[in-house]
Amino acid sequence: MLWRNDIRGMRMKNPNSLMMGLFIVTGLLMIGAIVLALGIAPDPVNLATPTERSAQRIFYFHVPNWWVGFLAYLVAAVAGVLYLILRREQWDAVGVSSIEIGLAFNTIGLISGSIWAKPTWNTWWTWEPRLTTAAIGWLMYVGYLMLRSAIENPHQRARFAAVFSILAFLDVPVIFLAIRWWRTIHPVVIGGEGGQGVGGFALGPTIQLVFFFCLGTFTLLYVTLMLVRLRAELLSRRVEHLRQRLMFR
Amino acid sequence: MHHLRKIWAIMAKDLAVELRTREVLGAMFVFALLVIFIFNFAFELRVEDQRTLAPGVLWVAITFAGMLGLSRSFIREKDRGSLEGLLLAPVDRGVIFLGKMLGNALFIAVIALIILPAFVILFNLSAAVMPQLAMIAVLGTIGLSGVGTLFSAMAVHTRAREILLPVLLFPLIVPVILSAVKLSAAVIDNVPFAEVQQWLSLLVVFDIVFAVLSFLFFDYVVEE
Repeated sequence: MLWRNDIRGMRMKNPNSLMMGLFIVTGLLMIGAIVLALGIAPDPVNLATPTERSAQRIFYFHVPNWWVGFLAYLVAAVAGVLYLILRREQWDAVGVSSIEIGLAFNTIGLISGSIWAKPTWNTWWTWEPRLTTAAIGWLMYVGYLMLRSAIENPHQRARFAAVFSILAFLDVPVIFLAIRWWRTIHPVVIGGEGGQGVGGFALGPTIQLVFFFCLGTFTLLYVTLMLVRLRAELLSRRVEHLRQRLMFR
Repeated sequence: MHHLRKIWAIMAKDLAVELRTREVLGAMFVFALLVIFIFNFAFELRVEDQRTLAPGVLWVAITFAGMLGLSRSFIREKDRGSLEGLLLAPVDRGVIFLGKMLGNALFIAVIALIILPAFVILFNLSAAVMPQLAMIAVLGTIGLSGVGTLFSAMAVHTRAREILLPVLLFPLIVPVILSAVKLSAAVIDNVPFAEVQQWLSLLVVFDIVFAVLSFLFFDYVVEE
């Protein structure tokens, strides 16, 4: 009975017009972000070659991209804690939706970062702390999806997934610290003194403005994707539930 | 005090089962030895000084063999229907976790200590490094068996079972493997301890934090 009420409560109230508005705003802001990042933002002063200067523009998308990945995993870990305390199916749905989105951004970040690294560091890949942590994180969350798909009982699946998402999230800083104690060549742009690491550069006022615009836009993109994915997840759970009810009638 | 006795009883049960059946320790030992042989052989052609690889090989051997032991830990209970019995025992779930974890740690540590002489001989190291390597092995083993026991209890309830355990466990225990490798390398290369002290701290902190977290989460994993 509890299960049924839970499923009923999962329905979103009149989501369509709200979602449509959000789609349009996010889409327009994304177009704005592309124009600003590729056209308006000035070249950083301290990069020597044209290739480096062009490649640097990944910064406006690459950093927000990783921010979204991190945010998505954080949301999943918080949803995991809430699920273990409250035992509401919704939090499990939030967890899996967020991790799927995080994993997508994680994958894009790894690939686009690699493309940037080739002209800048002259290598596709290096065992540098952030890269290595990102790769291990990717493996962990792929493991999360494999774990989910290997469990049939939905309550058990939700519990295990919650435990795993919390442990994995807590482990990321430890992994990062461990790998950081080897040498690092990834540029520290934010909070660093302009141009640490190979390919680093100083942040002028326009660059900062464009960057924060992109950061905000990506965060909104995450919210939009999350709502769409969560809605699909809740709907598919409702369908599953209705099917079960019809079968056992 | 009586908690300790219960933890001990669960560990002793696992030990007794193992001593009677001898199905896990033997396989772990042979497998660990195989890893050392294979690496020793595989690197021979292209690596100038094989000793630079020694710490990595040691820890790959210990982790891989440990994975075998960890996955059997709960599969054995499940297949013989003793998991329900164990969970019905009038003790705290945390006690069950600690008993199982200690049992797993004991198995992995025993294997690590047995392969250590073979490792020292095959990589032509001085026997003086053994006591320190043994201490690092014990610390690393605790790190493996904390989260390892939790995930083993998880994996046994999934369709993939022993296939899933390494996939879930390896990424999480990267800090343990890294710090154990660094410490072992320092011992083998005679680096002063002060230079690698942070790795020892990292290893100890990970051991404690992740054992405590696994202890807390075990309840959620085995609840029905």
